[in-house]
Amino acid sequence: MNWSSFSDFLAMGGYAFFVWMSYGVTALLVVAEIAWVVKQRRQSLARAQVQRQIREWSST
Amino acid sequence: MAIHWFKYASPASFYGLAGPMIPWFAGAAVVTTLLGLYIGLVLAPTDFQQGDSYRIIYIHVPAAWMGMFTYLVMAGWAAAGLVFNTRLSGMMVQALAPTGALFTFIALWTGAFWGRPTWGAYWVWDARLTSTLILLFLYIGYMALRASIDDPRRADRAGALLTLVGVVNIPIIYFSVKWWNTLHQGASVKPGSSSMATVMLTGMLVMAFAAWMYTIAISLARVRSIIVEREQHSAWVGELLVAEETAGTSGDVQRSKGETAR
Repeated sequence: MNWSSFSDFLAMGGYAFFVWMSYGVTALLVVAEIAWVVKQRRQSLARAQVQRQIREWSST
Repeated sequence: MAIHWFKYASPASFYGLAGPMIPWFAGAAVVTTLLGLYIGLVLAPTDFQQGDSYRIIYIHVPAAWMGMFTYLVMAGWAAAGLVFNTRLSGMMVQALAPTGALFTFIALWTGAFWGRPTWGAYWVWDARLTSTLILLFLYIGYMALRASIDDPRRADRAGALLTLVGVVNIPIIYFSVKWWNTLHQGASVKPGSSSMATVMLTGMLVMAFAAWMYTIAISLARVRSIIVEREQHSAWVGELLVAEETAGTSGDVQRSKGETAR
């Protein structure tokens, strides 16, 4: 354990701004990418489903 | 004994193969990220020269490695696609590009926030930084090129060509710190030797492993959506969609697809 307290940890030896800007933006982008992939999956299935139903209705 | 490699080059088999693998890679990514962050942010000591600003390394180096390596994997799939004319290859290149771009951007971003306290500048037109920026432009260029071509198979071929031409940039990035005078420090980790303390090196390697697991999980998930989009007129996707309609949830579909693909 390198830190004496939690506020010591947050302060990052005076480099808090640089360290947390790096970690924070990385975390944000990773979460955004996961959300995008989940949305893409739902949309691709939903769109294909609509296409399939159109084909089915037009063939009957 | 013969393994039918080309069987898995069919999008239908690959879709079923990839589905059950995603939770394992995603789980490994979560566990190794938490472990790596614990080692890097809690256990590792403060650097005697750079203070705690050096802790950016646990994101910066794994992201930079991943940004370069993902490009090499893309180029490998691109070459396979041009040689064997397999549809899956183009889909894999398409699935990998956004994540490669993401990691390259993260490498540049964290590099800027490490450069400011260390060099006094967020950005310098240095060989390593500039060639990494070109890598980001290559990823963006690939995605823009794809988006501008309506026929996905033509987009595959054009994209593969662009990817293969751009691969020359990877050795330039890697050796830039040797070939040119640069502010950027040389490689801390080389095959067979390392100039880092063990606990710092361990944290960085664990984070690099986590980046691998994340990239595999997210690109497998993405390629499955791409397969559904591009193969939606095929019989097997039709069956998949009928199953989904009756089951009502996509979770069940993933599982039932795993069975029918075999």
